[in-house]
Amino acid sequence: MTYTTAAHAADLVAALLFILSLAGLSQHRTSRAGVAYGIAGMALALVATVVVAAQDISAGAVSLIVVTMAAGGAIGLWRARRVEMTQMPELIAVLHSFVGLAAVLVGWNSYLEVERHGAAQTLIGSDLLRIHHAEVFIGIFIGAVTFTGSIVAYLKLSARIKSSPLMLPGKNGLNVAALVAFVALTVWFTVSPSLGLMIAVTVLALLLGWHLVASIGGGDMPVVVSMLNSYSGWAAAAAGFLLNNNLLIVTGALVGSSGAYLSYIMCKAMNRSFISVIAGGFGIEAPAAQDGEQGEHRESSAQETAQMLAEAASVVITPGYGMAVAQAQHPVAELTRVLRERGVEVRFGVHPVAGRLPGHMNVLLAEARVPYDIVLEMDEINDDFTDTSVVLVIGANDTVNPAATEDPTSPIAGMPVLRVWEAGHVVVFKRSMASGYAGVQNPLFFRENSSMLFGDAKQSVEAILQALGTLDPSPADRRTKAAA
Amino acid sequence: MSAHEPANPPPQRLGVAAESATGETRVAATPATVRQLLALGYEVVVESGAGSASGFTDDAYRDAGAQIGEAWHADVVLKVNAPSDEEVARLRDGATLVGLLGPNQNKDLLDLLAQRPVTALALDAVPRISRAQSMDVLSSMANIAGYRAVIEAAHVFGRFFTGQVTAAGKVPPAKVLVAGAGVAGLAAIGAASSLGAVVRATDPRPEVADQVRSLGGEFLSVDVEQERSTDGYAKATSEDYDRAAAALYSAQAADVDIIITTALIPGRPAPRLITAEDVASMRPGSVVVDMAAAQGGNVEGTVAGRVVVTDNGVTLIGYTDLASRLPAQASQLFGTNLVNLLKLVTPGKDGRLVLDFEDVVQRSVTVVREGELTWPPPPVQVSAAPAAAPAAPAAPVATKPSGLSGRVRLGLVGLGMLAMFLLVAFAPAQLAENFTVFTLAVVIGYYVIGKVHHALHTPLMSVTNAISGIVVIGALLQIGHENAVVTALSAVAILLTSVNIFGGFAVTRRMLGMFSKGR
Repeated sequence: MTYTTAAHAADLVAALLFILSLAGLSQHRTSRAGVAYGIAGMALALVATVVVAAQDISAGAVSLIVVTMAAGGAIGLWRARRVEMTQMPELIAVLHSFVGLAAVLVGWNSYLEVERHGAAQTLIGSDLLRIHHAEVFIGIFIGAVTFTGSIVAYLKLSARIKSSPLMLPGKNGLNVAALVAFVALTVWFTVSPSLGLMIAVTVLALLLGWHLVASIGGGDMPVVVSMLNSYSGWAAAAAGFLLNNNLLIVTGALVGSSGAYLSYIMCKAMNRSFISVIAGGFGIEAPAAQDGEQGEHRESSAQETAQMLAEAASVVITPGYGMAVAQAQHPVAELTRVLRERGVEVRFGVHPVAGRLPGHMNVLLAEARVPYDIVLEMDEINDDFTDTSVVLVIGANDTVNPAATEDPTSPIAGMPVLRVWEAGHVVVFKRSMASGYAGVQNPLFFRENSSMLFGDAKQSVEAILQALGTLDPSPADRRTKAAA
Repeated sequence: MSAHEPANPPPQRLGVAAESATGETRVAATPATVRQLLALGYEVVVESGAGSASGFTDDAYRDAGAQIGEAWHADVVLKVNAPSDEEVARLRDGATLVGLLGPNQNKDLLDLLAQRPVTALALDAVPRISRAQSMDVLSSMANIAGYRAVIEAAHVFGRFFTGQVTAAGKVPPAKVLVAGAGVAGLAAIGAASSLGAVVRATDPRPEVADQVRSLGGEFLSVDVEQERSTDGYAKATSEDYDRAAAALYSAQAADVDIIITTALIPGRPAPRLITAEDVASMRPGSVVVDMAAAQGGNVEGTVAGRVVVTDNGVTLIGYTDLASRLPAQASQLFGTNLVNLLKLVTPGKDGRLVLDFEDVVQRSVTVVREGELTWPPPPVQVSAAPAAAPAAPAAPVATKPSGLSGRVRLGLVGLGMLAMFLLVAFAPAQLAENFTVFTLAVVIGYYVIGKVHHALHTPLMSVTNAISGIVVIGALLQIGHENAVVTALSAVAILLTSVNIFGGFAVTRRMLGMFSKGR
């Protein structure tokens, strides 16, 4: 056994550990073990690689590795400890950009080590040289798209730039042209590699990544973030091809396909194809057909809502991005606790694309200590709305829009939604009557069993909590009311 | 009401009049609704003693912010029942009267009102459209009356409603038949079944069957074609239907212990559902509550406002004031309906009543406008009435074609496999090996992720993020070999990906630590 064979073996074990890690994360019960497997796999891979690398580099380089890793690790741990759960989408996006940038740097290094020396290089066999050229290009391309795409996603998610979609004329044409140009540049580079082409492809990919995400609106962010997750995986896999490293290939492919699968789930939850999300937002084809079904909405007060909740037998809360914006998860959790103590059944219905990140709502509710077994998925709860007394819609809009199922001309027709309107009463927490992300009016607001509770979601929930405190806890009275 | 009023006119006074009809215990406003009326900008005057029969003292109204005084001198007079002739005379010129005026039944009253320069809003003329439901006094009163009908029946009925098995023997449950599953009927069904009775219900509208079942009743259908209602109210029935229904009622009368009838057709006498023979076939001790007694009765032999016991010991209850027998709550619901109507006609919330005849609800309730008779209003179609819903075919929902056909799919799979085969077969050995590993890893990734619980999507993303930091290996293998540029770039890459690896795992652990299971 040499260092090299040992490192190969370690790669295999690390790859298996990563698979176990992802498998473990599919269940609450095994999720913590899953993270432990992941950490073990990563530690093994790093140690093996550093040991092999240390064989033929200077002590100075080894210490450089240690120092940079320690610095990066410290920054990472610090950010991980400090980040607010509402900021998870931003954190994930910025981490994706790091992977993308690293892949670009690895690609450039590879160019500097191999192609720059022309025929004089000795690292790559002459039969593989052309393939290596192409691999360098592909790696840089994917990495650079991931990098700028994630940066733009980060800027949008953290509201540093507007989250509305950028509408360049002929934007689909621009994307296609960029892809065609990339293919042409790759062919050119495999024939005659040059520094100019390297710069050209990097700039092209950076621009493409920026444009791709800039032209997608805020509400499609769950798809975008999982798509970037996927890209970061493919970028790692491309680096693996470049360096002929199986661990990189396996890990990159795992991450790439998992991100792609999540994107698929998100797209299905919006009844849209991946292409249509990438090609840009709602509202382009059909902003029409908004009048007609409108009517008058009724306003409700915190006092009335509290009364209604106290008398309810079962309550379902459907949170959306508005809950995250208002940081209302803690009062919502408190409300849940109070109601459950009064004997009211409280559950949560989470739409797959609620929030700005797949699973965003679950994390926020978990942070506020809402037990995860009362947080249900759309398909798990949709049939129960008919038996629900009161639904609280907190900061959600398009995901509870009956037009999706009832109005075939609606831009969101066919999108699976939470059928909250089947419940006895719906209280919608909203700041104003403005329409949601899709720009579609929501007939839910005008239903006879809906009322609106205007204001900041956090303050509204706190006001309800206060009003509940003043109510007399009388479970017997409530039971007779539920029966009548 | 003209648009040329001064910029800041004083608020109008609302007068809450005491009810003069004998036996009426309700009042048009409670202390709770007075507060809401004040919030609309009005001043409120309550006639002394107006709420006493409902249990609301003058002091309670005073505490709510109302004055106690002469209600009939106010700009807007709120009342439950139609006013007497003397009361109409007490209205001041330009005043508005709001109450249950019964425009269909009380033609004389409308004419009398139209002789005065006053405006009259009839609460019982609120159209049955979704938007107006919050003002629909008839529905809220019928709800109370339906409940009370069951209570009155239970009071007279000498037995339990619910079946019991006791040490002293078995008690069978009472059987209740509710004729007409409108608001009152449904309330009666709910009340009777929650008392434990076996409840059956009939209605010419087959579409209410689900509502009956949802309240615990059994729906007895009369299998004759019926015309569908377009305005939300029941229509007169066809002869075939009546014959089939009569047979059904005769059969049921002999079987059940309690009958509650609620059949009303607007503007016409109540249909006769239960004949004297049907009543005679009932067991002694049975009870019949005829909620339509005021309109002539659904049951032969009932007397409006009275209780009659037949020769065979069946009690016929003909109370017409069932809702008033729950005065506090009836007043509260009535008052809330009234508040909702006033919200509609006080668009500025400035205490000024403004009628908008473009609005179908306001047009419908206004029976007299400034001395001009405006009844009957043009008909209103209830497009979204629940009654009409079952008839409409399920709304077509845009569905995507369900994937590809089997053959096409098979062909695509074959093509993909062939492409893979050619790619690997013609690739140099090293690329072929890499490609094999890559393809299998993609497939594994897909299957591993496919079962992930939805709540764990975010932790999954942060873990895959940490794992994709594996690209650090590339940089580790490149550092220190070539020139300083490569080493520098590698160092940057290592720094960035280390943030990823450590940060990603740490934040995942933090998130997972938050997930906790409930009781």
